[in-house]
Amino acid sequence: MATVTLQDIRKSYGPTEVIHGVSIDIADGEFVVLVGPSGCGKSTLLRMVAGLESVTSGTLRIGERVVNDLEPAERDIAMVFQNYALYPHMSVRNNLAYGLKNRGFARAEIDRRVAEAAAMLEIAPYLDRKPGQLSGGQRQRVAMGRALVREPAAFLFDEPLSNLDAKLRIQMRVEIRRLQRRVGTTSLYVTHDQIEALTLADRLVVLNGGVVEQIGTPEEVFDRPATIFVAGFIGTPPMNMVPVDWLRGKGELDAVPAAADVVGIRPDDLDLEAPPGSHLTLPATLELLEPAGAESHLYVRLDGLDQPATVRTQGRPALADGARLALHVRPEALHPFVKATGRRA
Amino acid sequence: MRATFPHRFLPYLLVAPQLAISLIFFYWPAGQALHQSVLREDPFGLKTQFVGLANFRRVLGDPAYLNSVQVTAFFSVATAFLSMAIALVLAVQAEKILRGKGFYRTLMIWPYAVAAAIAGMLWLFLFNPSFGTLAYPLRQMGIAWDPLLNGNQAMALVIGAASWKQISYNFLFFVAGLQAIPKSLIEAAAIDGAGRTRRFWTIVFPLLAPTTFFLLVVNTVYALFDTFGIIHAVTGGGPGKSTETLVYKVYNDGFVNLQLGSSAAQSVILMVIVIALTAFQFRYIERKVHYG
Repeated sequence: MATVTLQDIRKSYGPTEVIHGVSIDIADGEFVVLVGPSGCGKSTLLRMVAGLESVTSGTLRIGERVVNDLEPAERDIAMVFQNYALYPHMSVRNNLAYGLKNRGFARAEIDRRVAEAAAMLEIAPYLDRKPGQLSGGQRQRVAMGRALVREPAAFLFDEPLSNLDAKLRIQMRVEIRRLQRRVGTTSLYVTHDQIEALTLADRLVVLNGGVVEQIGTPEEVFDRPATIFVAGFIGTPPMNMVPVDWLRGKGELDAVPAAADVVGIRPDDLDLEAPPGSHLTLPATLELLEPAGAESHLYVRLDGLDQPATVRTQGRPALADGARLALHVRPEALHPFVKATGRRA
Repeated sequence: MRATFPHRFLPYLLVAPQLAISLIFFYWPAGQALHQSVLREDPFGLKTQFVGLANFRRVLGDPAYLNSVQVTAFFSVATAFLSMAIALVLAVQAEKILRGKGFYRTLMIWPYAVAAAIAGMLWLFLFNPSFGTLAYPLRQMGIAWDPLLNGNQAMALVIGAASWKQISYNFLFFVAGLQAIPKSLIEAAAIDGAGRTRRFWTIVFPLLAPTTFFLLVVNTVYALFDTFGIIHAVTGGGPGKSTETLVYKVYNDGFVNLQLGSSAAQSVILMVIVIALTAFQFRYIERKVHYG
């Protein structure tokens, strides 16, 4: 177990820089999720920590050691790959034991660790099968077992759930979290799925275009997005963005700093009924009502604005398309941003 | 799924060319060989006599024939092994190249386009004891190089020429086989603490097994049969009988010495060997080389 420290890490391919100075401190035993759209550099960053990609500049520490120039094998990390990367010609048992054999562990110790991991992951019945004879979920467990037996300083996960179907994904998500709590190994997890990110992480790192947009707990990132990008990326349906000028005269704007020129409002914070106390009232026309089980999504057009907005509400309001609406929002629910910098005002 | 054709004779018409080729170039000569192997005939075909299995008895009791079996076994194993081993090394090295990969691969594939007889002549000239470009450095190194008189050196020469010509083909298949191995497996093994050599022998080589086995079959058949042109051009089976393989002996006895019955019996034996070998290898493929 160890801390993992990234200090102004940069990566260039030829003249093109793809990671523009990333600094993250991961505490011992912490579960940190790197999240961002595809091509944001999150996988590259993880592979740099693993030693599969070279570090162009900056300092990478695992524990006290600077590992910039160490081979992957010497970094004391284990990685779970997106396609699991199980050795197809070896039994599950040998897949788990391979890393220990290479490191010259004693036979008895290998057997003990394999048995322990197999019990923990409930794969003991499949130890003598080949990966090809296992289902997707079972392969996923074997991949985690292979990381587990090594008892490394850190786990690295590269979108490990993206090849599973929706139901299995949720189940494995819970299991990964439970397992990590139990063994307490520092973990760095890459995903493009924000739900996965919000549910798994002790802390989130939102990446965009090779730059860190925000680092914080899932609550911090959701409740107080630091940039317009984070506001739009975290949360479904995404946050609505409304110009401040348009809001003038529609209610109290004291909470919005003078510098802000755009305001974000979460679809959940737009109410069909007026809340008690101070609030803004926004006139709109309903374009489409989309029932989604226990809740409904309303796609509306705010009067005098080109872009559509989304409202999320509980239950199924009896409204026809084209209905006139008054949407209410409390001033605390406004997220002020400066458009030019993209940052929170 | 059952295919349907607009006319009931069309399917027969479509397979006719393949059938014709098999009939004319395999079944007819094979039948002729079977027929001739039980006959004794004078070189001019004036007198023919049925002798039963006498040709086979004589061939199998002939020390020259048994020598040829040994020569063939050694030549085939050495050629198949050498051409596959070198091709594998080159394919693995080619994987590491970052720039000019395509150029390197193209160059590697060219020798396959060279006709057997020309490849043979090329090696013959390069290693000719009196004026060969490569014979000179061998002499300088203190090797008494004379493949025209030394049987072992002649054998080395034909093995070299035959292997060289087959390396391209093997290289192509090994490159394709290596590309089919997911990169993440190699990376996982690297993280699992396996060094380069260990990674190759525990991950890459086992996963290449289907390719390797396919090439083993192809190269064995190549070494047994398709090397006639090279041997004919380089040594003509000599010196003595030191490079006379079974196929070469069939040609020599039948078409040079005109012992038609003996030659036919030899080709029948050869046919049986090939059928047995191929059947063995294919059963082996189905059983052993399988994963995934």
